[in-house]
Amino acid sequence: MTDLFSKFDPLIQQREALLASGVEDPFNLVMEKVLSPTRAICNGRETILLGTYNYMGMTFDPDVIQAGKDALDNFGAGTTGSRVLNGTYQGHKECEEALKDFYGMDHAMVFSTGYQANLGIISTIAGKDDYIVLDIDSHASIWDGCSLGNAQIVPFKHNDIDAMGKRLRRIPEGAGKLVVLEGVYSMLGDIAPLKDMIAVARKYDAMVLVDEAHSMGFIGPNGRGVAEEQGVLDQVDFVIGTFSKSVGTVGGFCVSNHPKFEIMRLVCRPYVFTASLPPSVVATAATSIRKLMHGGAKRAHLWENSRTLHGGLKALGFELGTGEPQSAIIAVIMPDLERGAAMWEALLKEGLYVNLARPPATPANMTLLRCSLCAEHSAEQVQTILGMFERAGKAVGIV
Amino acid sequence: MDRAEIDARIRGLIEPFNKKGISVGDDTTFAGDLEFDSLTVMDFVAAIEDEFDIIISMNQQAEIENYGQLVDAVCKLQGD
Ligand SMILES: Cc1ncc(COP(=O)(O)O)c(C=O)c1O
Repeated sequence: MTDLFSKFDPLIQQREALLASGVEDPFNLVMEKVLSPTRAICNGRETILLGTYNYMGMTFDPDVIQAGKDALDNFGAGTTGSRVLNGTYQGHKECEEALKDFYGMDHAMVFSTGYQANLGIISTIAGKDDYIVLDIDSHASIWDGCSLGNAQIVPFKHNDIDAMGKRLRRIPEGAGKLVVLEGVYSMLGDIAPLKDMIAVARKYDAMVLVDEAHSMGFIGPNGRGVAEEQGVLDQVDFVIGTFSKSVGTVGGFCVSNHPKFEIMRLVCRPYVFTASLPPSVVATAATSIRKLMHGGAKRAHLWENSRTLHGGLKALGFELGTGEPQSAIIAVIMPDLERGAAMWEALLKEGLYVNLARPPATPANMTLLRCSLCAEHSAEQVQTILGMFERAGKAVGIV
Repeated sequence: MDRAEIDARIRGLIEPFNKKGISVGDDTTFAGDLEFDSLTVMDFVAAIEDEFDIIISMNQQAEIENYGQLVDAVCKLQGD
């Protein structure tokens, strides 16, 4: 019998070699207790969280929690069914209403995760003779949406407007075209020049889908994301988003003004063939989304945190993913996986959790320590974090 | 453009990506012999697309394992 697992041997060996050097397993951290959006007990230590996507700190918002508790009491623990059968409750509708209000769009469709939203929408709208033109650094859920469907897949170099335009120009006449972009690219925390890219996409009559997973709630005048910030949200056909980041729970969605959008509920398999979100989850999401509409003060503090951390790390001599802070993600570039893992562990021992990201999830085979800020990080916490980076960086010999 | 000319042009394009100076024949594979990783593939494909003003979608790339298959694919796309 051929062991189907032998294809994983190189990865198993790489992992064993890393752990044999004595570092704590970066991919096996357990949070025993969560004290607040920014603090937890991790592997037995009190730790500042700087690697979550809890940008707006909504996970412990009292109104959000109360809404979840009420829904648990009134609607039970789960729906045990698909959205199109017995799985659409009052709460799912209210959640979709909140999204329509938040984005000012006509239609909203809630999926069980953001991953499934990309999977479902992309694979369903682009059919056999259509073309999907997408950024090479797109999130795994976008790539998997491409794989699940039958369209022709044409990637272009990250954020390269010219490369995108050339590919669109060469697509055979009459073929359907979908351009897939992200507002914030989560590995380096850089944003896309959506205004220019969408203008080019429009010139070639392509429909445009933008994943705004990492911008919701704090980029753009109403927190609608990078497309709003750059004044082109009305040019976007489909916005994909998630509840697992700023909203502070779990779930995914697509909002759109397309007049025929509702048909998606019948033809989109990752929407139909899976159970809907539990009532407590949609209740927390709806409450959180409505509160995010009025999050101006928190948003300003989040940006201040992002600027302070970026400037501080740069001054310490760390190499960062972007020259200026463009989002709430600050990526610190590590020389290699070994020193990246050592730095990650040194920070954890200091009492700081960041994300270790490595190929193939990262662009250009980089090893990154990804820091994501929260509106609930205090100014003092950010200074504490900088002190931890300085000590750990010196101990590991990176600065 | 005939096959020989397309072959000659692709040979010119492959040079900067052929770091080890491997001698390239029709059965030279990109992943195995030339050790192209996914980033190299993207840049190399973009160079060919620009040279011939064509698109080679990832679906088409999946069918191309060696040099000869690439030249054939470009010939075909040129003809279309
Ligand atoms: C850009 C992007 N899109 C989609 C997702 C998927 O979101 P979810 O966690 O809701 O599945 C993520 C999160 O990992 C993401 O970063």
